[in-house]
Amino acid sequence: MNRLLLAAAALCFLLSFGYTLFALGAGKFRPARFNFLAMLGGFAAQSAFLYLRGLEVKSCPLHTLFDLLIFLSWSITLIYLLIGPAYRLSLLGAFTAPLVLLLTLVAVVLPHSVEGAQGFANPWVEFHAALSIVAFGAFGLAGVAGVMYLVQDKQLKSGKGSSLLYNLPPISALATANLRLLGLGFLLLTVAFAAGFISGISIVGLKFGASVVIWLIYGSILVLRRFHALAPRRIATLAVGSFAFALMLLPVIHYLSLQRL
Amino acid sequence: MEIREKFAVLPHEMDSVLEEIRGLDSLNEAVVLSTCNRVEFYTTSLCPERGRADLEKWLERRAGFRPQIYAHDTPRSIRHLFRVSCGLDSMVLGETEVLGQLKKAYTHAAGAGTTSRHLNRLFQHAFRVAKNVRTHTQITRGSTSVGSVAVDLASKIFGDLQGRRVMILGAGETSERTARSLQSRGIQSVIVSNRTFDRAAKLAEEIGGMAIHFDHWHKAFHEVDILISSTAAPYPILTKERLAPMMRDRADRSLFVIDLAVPRDAEPAINEIEGVYLYDIDSLQAIAGNSLEVRQQEIVRCEEMIDQGVQDFVGWMRRLHPDEFSNEAAAHSVGSKIS
Repeated sequence: MNRLLLAAAALCFLLSFGYTLFALGAGKFRPARFNFLAMLGGFAAQSAFLYLRGLEVKSCPLHTLFDLLIFLSWSITLIYLLIGPAYRLSLLGAFTAPLVLLLTLVAVVLPHSVEGAQGFANPWVEFHAALSIVAFGAFGLAGVAGVMYLVQDKQLKSGKGSSLLYNLPPISALATANLRLLGLGFLLLTVAFAAGFISGISIVGLKFGASVVIWLIYGSILVLRRFHALAPRRIATLAVGSFAFALMLLPVIHYLSLQRL
Repeated sequence: MEIREKFAVLPHEMDSVLEEIRGLDSLNEAVVLSTCNRVEFYTTSLCPERGRADLEKWLERRAGFRPQIYAHDTPRSIRHLFRVSCGLDSMVLGETEVLGQLKKAYTHAAGAGTTSRHLNRLFQHAFRVAKNVRTHTQITRGSTSVGSVAVDLASKIFGDLQGRRVMILGAGETSERTARSLQSRGIQSVIVSNRTFDRAAKLAEEIGGMAIHFDHWHKAFHEVDILISSTAAPYPILTKERLAPMMRDRADRSLFVIDLAVPRDAEPAINEIEGVYLYDIDSLQAIAGNSLEVRQQEIVRCEEMIDQGVQDFVGWMRRLHPDEFSNEAAAHSVGSKIS
């Protein structure tokens, strides 16, 4: 059943992505309800999977790298569903689908077994872990908005009125969405860190360093933006680069976390 | 134009015109569409020949001479209306303004009580066909004039244009037209700068802007979002060297440069500056040309969808009048359009 749910989620994301590619090929690239519904379907399947997985491991399913990637993929989709329609950025779904599909596909090739996994030391640790991944979800979506910004910037700079230019949101809206998502992610990560401190677990060494580096990178972007020292294009580039960097560090942080649960 | 002026129905005349047409015995329903490009009368009659003759006489009385008209019976009138609603009969292929004008004309007639079952159904059907055509084809893709391309691009840079500021460098005709297009989409503040200050002041007065001396244009630069340039300068006045430091002071604000001058006022290298989007007259015309080409390629698909719409409507008419449909031209248009 679990595997079927995961396959259904992957299929939904694939359909959304496939539709985008088809629409691009046909020169009719535009926001469509299909994208949103496919993403919603994928989210529902992922939610059901995570619920069953949670029952299996008797806690928030964050014990293996497999769980972590599925939870991250779920977080990105959740934030897209909350943010996308609110800011009329329905096309965000078309760009989000390949990322969550990739995360899901990478996850399924990783070991699933939770044998030997220990539960969380206390609820604060569980809250800290879950909220950190949701924060990464916001950063992931900021990265997606960053990619869209860079694509639209390239279209506008090219001086050719392509179909993509007319169907992507205004570049100013993408800059705003990018910044708000970075702000949301930073806020969630800060709260998650606070929960980590409250939990009483000693966090030192490489894990602490890696976490602080990520927090500082995103914090610096927001501070520099606050003082108008960064243009929107650089923020978009940094949002993409920072998420790629954070994604690479995630397995390391996860591995080190397991040592301390 | 002179002939069209005679037949044009001004908004304040619409009620009385609809009332007069309703007074013609041979006509049952009527909608009058009067725009800058067409004057059309959509009517229903149980006796089409007589209805047309009465309407022609009424038009002759109104204009003071025998009008040059074209007339369509069912189903050609239905097809004509659908083509008009989709912008296929417009001077600018695929334009959408006419649909709004049609909706207004229909709403007016419905309010005046000159529509009933046939025209109500026909116009609702026309609006549906237009919506389908716009959704499923690219007949409205892009823009086909320099001014509207500039407006589209500005919207893709800034989103809502309300509160954005425009500066015109060089008070040329194309600059003025482009500025007016932008004003029609919400731009409120326009600064005009010209080597001859009087000309700048005159244009500023005409478009409700503010004039500044040409030597001082850079002082107002930090307030500007869109820069339209069309000076007669023999060398570029907007260089990377000059613009880059000015852009650093406004790191988070984009600048849309529309260079309409020949020779160009803007050095192509300014497009490399972060946040600057440069379009010259050639690129704007190329975009407009591409859009028109795409629209022309879509005509066949649009006509197919319109055919289907006509068949559906005629099918409804047949079901409504199974015995007499062939004798009743339930909807025909009699129009006068000089383009």
